[in-house]
Amino acid sequence: MLRVSNLEAVYQKMILALRGISLNVKEGQIVALLGSNGAGKSTTLKAISGLLAAEDGHITDGTIEFQGEIINNISPDQLVKKGIFLCMEGRRIFKDLTVEENLYAGAYTRKDRSSIKSDIEKIYEYFPKLKMLEHRKAGYLSGGEQQMLAIGRGLMAKPKLLLLDEPSLGIAPLLVKEIFENIKKINEEEGLTILVVEQNANIALSIAHYGYIIENGRVVMKGEASALLEDKNISEHYLGTGKDIKEGRSNRRRQRIVW
Amino acid sequence: MFFLQMLINGIVVGSIYGLVALGFVLIYRASGALNLANGEFVLFGPYVCLVIMTALNVPFLVAFIGTLLFSAFLGLVVERLVIRQLQNAPTISVIMATLGLSSLLAGAVHIIWGHTTRTFPPVFPQTPLNIGGIIITPVYLWSFIIVMILLVIFSIFFKYSKIGLAMRAVADDRQAALSMGMSVKFVLAMTWMIASMVAAIGGILLGNINGVSPTMSAIGLTVLPVVILGGLDSVMGAIIGGFLIGIIQNLAGGYLDPLVGGGLKDVVPFIVVLLILMLKPHGLFGSRGIERV
Repeated sequence: MLRVSNLEAVYQKMILALRGISLNVKEGQIVALLGSNGAGKSTTLKAISGLLAAEDGHITDGTIEFQGEIINNISPDQLVKKGIFLCMEGRRIFKDLTVEENLYAGAYTRKDRSSIKSDIEKIYEYFPKLKMLEHRKAGYLSGGEQQMLAIGRGLMAKPKLLLLDEPSLGIAPLLVKEIFENIKKINEEEGLTILVVEQNANIALSIAHYGYIIENGRVVMKGEASALLEDKNISEHYLGTGKDIKEGRSNRRRQRIVW
Repeated sequence: MFFLQMLINGIVVGSIYGLVALGFVLIYRASGALNLANGEFVLFGPYVCLVIMTALNVPFLVAFIGTLLFSAFLGLVVERLVIRQLQNAPTISVIMATLGLSSLLAGAVHIIWGHTTRTFPPVFPQTPLNIGGIIITPVYLWSFIIVMILLVIFSIFFKYSKIGLAMRAVADDRQAALSMGMSVKFVLAMTWMIASMVAAIGGILLGNINGVSPTMSAIGLTVLPVVILGGLDSVMGAIIGGFLIGIIQNLAGGYLDPLVGGGLKDVVPFIVVLLILMLKPHGLFGSRGIERV
């Protein structure tokens, strides 16, 4: 469904953020994109959703292909209409709008006005907490509730591909679990394809079908989520379960293969 | 009786201030910039309306609608030619551009229409209404009614229409609005069109009350204490601030001006604003934004 090949992107014409990323998202899958701070995860999502330009960045090389069409230079509003929706990092809900208005804002590009109301009810079924807060200003919601709203707002656009940028950021562990369970449920029930960027590799891989690990703007590892979870290297570097990290780190890093 | 008379005058003038301030606030919310050319937008309205009325010899209502179309066009042109070019520029550049724009527009008005005061042909009935000893001229009454109707229309527009929702979303978080598939360019163009239109309506109403002259652009300066008083980013604050400043101005004009020989009318609003800002730095209704992480 989505094929990114050798993507290179720079900020302010000089800071190289992506150095040839390639990845592939199949229809109906959840794909996890993992890596540490500054690895280029968010930049990848922004490039796919056309939002790089708003931050003075642009794609210098490579292609992004969505459903067989090259979408490198398409404006963000066109991409939303084509079915790619990005839930930005840090939730970015509209603070002064009510929960309900936020959901309507998500449906902005849709033409089928009549079914919006019933879709809002569907979002409330996935996230019952939102129903109770329907008329509250979104800025007063807790972090977890805001994240639910951000995902719900994304679903309102009826995307074919949902991009999630760090849904666990700044949220209590228990809520993170609930949110990820909901993401999995949405994927299974709606057949929605999801590309999720996470620092919390453990939880992301637990719901994903496939995973990529990137570092310094390159993919350094990829594989089935279950295989990645068992991989010793990964558990040491990203899952925080390794025993002697200090000793092992330096040589293991060198051994890693670059795709 | 004198007090009530002054109060009513203040409410009427204040409602017009509120309307003009609304345009000011909309632009501030959407782009974070002060539109210092707002007073000149006010100035263009009555002149264009007058020209249409006298040159084409059409009724006021037709000229009024024609003026609205012209103002919308003016707002659109300004947004396209000036504001859009400065999309990624710092806010101060945008503010300076509006300052330049205000000189340009003021100059254009001087060149085209000179600087003599003109009066509108009588649009509203002339006989004053006497309600319990208080004399209200129909112009005042109608101005107030028109402003109130417009404010209701606008609040419905912002609350329930799709474009209104997009305008509020862009004001809230421009990047996030972009990721919703909202066209920020379209929203900004709409904002400038609406701001220019409400300014023109305010100008036409004021022109009917006081006559039309280039000094009317001073309302751009009067509206500044209004929006700062109400809170720069609050639509509600703009309207209430408008009433407050209008009332304060008229009461000061009525009671204090005779004591000192005039001039206090224009100063007192600023004194009030200073006092209020000491207590509430964000204005009466302005928010520093909901902050919670």
